Amino acid sequence: MGLKILTEHINVPGIETLEVYRKHGGYKSVEKAVKTMTPEEVVEEVKTSGLRGRGGAGFPTGLKWSFLAKPEGVPRYLVCNADESEPGTFKDRWFMEHNPHALIEGMITSSYALGANTSYIYIRGELMFILRILEKAIAEAYAAGLLGKNILGSGYDLDLHVAPGGGAYICGEETALLESLEGKRGNPRNKPPFPAVKGLFACPTVVNNVETIASVPWIVNNTGAEYAKVGIGRSTGTKLISASGNINNPGVYEIELGVPVEEFIYSDQYCGGIWKGKSLKAVVPGGSSVPILPANLILKTVAGEDRLMTYESLADGGFVSGSMMGSGAFIVFDEDQCIVRNTWNYARFYHHESCGQCSPCREGTGWMEKVLHRIEYGHGHQRDIDLLVSVAKQIEGNTICPLGDAAAWPVAAAIRHFRDEFEWHIKHPQEATTPGAVYRGQLNSVTA
Amino acid sequence: MAKITFDGIEVEVEDGTTILQAARKIGGKVVPPAMCFYTPLKGSGGKCRVCLVKVSQGSAKDPRPMPKLVASCITPVQDGMVVENTTNEDVLNARKSIVEMLLINHPLDCPICDQAGECNLQDLSYEHGVSAQRFEEERRTFNKVDLGPYIQLHMTRCILCYRCVYTADQITDKRVHGVLGRGDAAEIGTYIENVIDNDFSGNVIDVCPVGALTDKTWRFKNRVWFTKPLDAHRDCPTCSGKVTLWNRGDQVLRVTARKDEYSEVEEFICNTCRFDKKEMSDWTIEGPRKIERASVISANHYELPVVNVPIIPNLPKSAKKDLPNAPEQWNP
Repeated sequence: MGLKILTEHINVPGIETLEVYRKHGGYKSVEKAVKTMTPEEVVEEVKTSGLRGRGGAGFPTGLKWSFLAKPEGVPRYLVCNADESEPGTFKDRWFMEHNPHALIEGMITSSYALGANTSYIYIRGELMFILRILEKAIAEAYAAGLLGKNILGSGYDLDLHVAPGGGAYICGEETALLESLEGKRGNPRNKPPFPAVKGLFACPTVVNNVETIASVPWIVNNTGAEYAKVGIGRSTGTKLISASGNINNPGVYEIELGVPVEEFIYSDQYCGGIWKGKSLKAVVPGGSSVPILPANLILKTVAGEDRLMTYESLADGGFVSGSMMGSGAFIVFDEDQCIVRNTWNYARFYHHESCGQCSPCREGTGWMEKVLHRIEYGHGHQRDIDLLVSVAKQIEGNTICPLGDAAAWPVAAAIRHFRDEFEWHIKHPQEATTPGAVYRGQLNSVTA
Repeated sequence: MAKITFDGIEVEVEDGTTILQAARKIGGKVVPPAMCFYTPLKGSGGKCRVCLVKVSQGSAKDPRPMPKLVASCITPVQDGMVVENTTNEDVLNARKSIVEMLLINHPLDCPICDQAGECNLQDLSYEHGVSAQRFEEERRTFNKVDLGPYIQLHMTRCILCYRCVYTADQITDKRVHGVLGRGDAAEIGTYIENVIDNDFSGNVIDVCPVGALTDKTWRFKNRVWFTKPLDAHRDCPTCSGKVTLWNRGDQVLRVTARKDEYSEVEEFICNTCRFDKKEMSDWTIEGPRKIERASVISANHYELPVVNVPIIPNLPKSAKKDLPNAPEQWNP
């Protein structure tokens, strides 16, 4: 097992209480940061660490922090994005449920680095029980003087609030999240201005994922240089992977970035191989919005190298033969899974979750879903396949926020790699609609 | 001041102007269409995506192109920016696809729609639409809703531009309608049956780019191209009283605010002027209203139809003399 940065103590009984958490070295980073470091030094450490946003886009966190505008007399905000709703992702939920203080410690240290005196954790509405866990932990931290006025006698003040959303996927998009946090309808904003300049309540704001923020204390305690030693190249540190699908051991795993995908799927340390000894058909490596890859391409790149669990390696080959790290939702499909049905399922999700603000996404997601529904239920035409590709292309890149792209990519990728399965569905509607019937033809293999 | 190149034409505008406004300063053919942006309404724009343009050079300082097409109505200009609209294939293709998206759930009931003839979506589809329909699914439909005695909402036609929401927010005291639901189930509504009732509510009809919000005192009275627009005013205690009357003979069929060539109202008018003053004696007539839009209502019978200028071979000189401002776009 590799280094555990986030989950070292997660199985300790009572870790959700302040007492046990502190016994295991909790809140050391707060002490170190507010007493011995300047905010700039903390930002510098995070920059050195090479920590990248764990929410999906993988943008370097230190760089994002350094973009934060700092006008005189205007408050700044740190918002933690705990609106984890990507299908297949459940790492933040699990992490907050078991180790709420780790997130709160990260929030304090990060808020100190950014000079924020009020910070928010925006949590999705379905996770009401976690909201209560967090609120209990925050109350403990207030009582211990770790939050509130004059933290640990340093003169730094911070108020931390937990705000529940209504349970909309779109509110995981940072500007929609800010709108929702302001009490408005969660529609994404037009950019520019970016949140770093004009975010929450029109003040400079940084929005970070739970896992990103929870990684900061370790970086402060052990220096960024030490963090940068973990992982490969520009993918530094560890990452929580939510493994699900047809595997023997689904669950959340903390991996050092750089573990080969093959090892991750088949090793008993991690997924433990495919369920019931079946063979691997495809993997969605980063949550429902990233392109699906067939077995041959997820294990090896086109160049024949082993694919690793890093941002770069998973993206190798671009969208032709690669995918993305995304939020780390590793969804595995065995030979008995129907790609058409799965694609329709994703399309249905995006159709349901599109906010309806801009036209390509509002209309296009519904269109794709309806066409896929027809194909899945045996009423497709051959021309529908090209139609889907074309509609996906019409949505991609033309929308306000990335939800449009997220809806278009899985459809385009499924057709790119599993076109013959779609064709089979259309040609043999009788067979395709029989429960349990799955196309078992040769997989498309993409060659460079 | 910032100097930008738009479709190869240089134009100098104030800092902070949007690309769309800079293009409108040039005018004519190069102006991107806009379905949701509305100059008088703060915060509008960026939603319909038909005004997407390619920024091939970000600014003089940072000449990198912008990675995606940008919505010209909300993107501010930078000095030295180079923008491509009609000269860029990608932009035209993207626009075509967005028009297609806007139309897939639109009922295309222009023959029975009161907006036909002055509908922005209709004009847009003529110019950028595709003739074939690829959408085979069932369209989303809604029932018609009466929002009080004057306004009818036909949500099926709506393209969710949010203009009426901004209008109610910005020029009336209390907004009672808004967008409910999300995705393609999003609709304009009052949630609990409610009446939009205040002195300026009628303006939501004027800002609606399609026939989703219609004037109940005008519905099915006439086709807009059979009516003659007249500029008129009256001494109104609530608003400026400056309106356009749409007449058939000397019968006032409809009263609207005065709109410019981009269908944007010059001044919002009150409901009394709009709905109650339907007699010629209520108004002081200023003269015929010149409609400067690339739409059928431009051909409003005071002059020879402008559209036909290149088609009619031996146009009498006198007719041409009557058209000092014949829009350039119709010239061959």
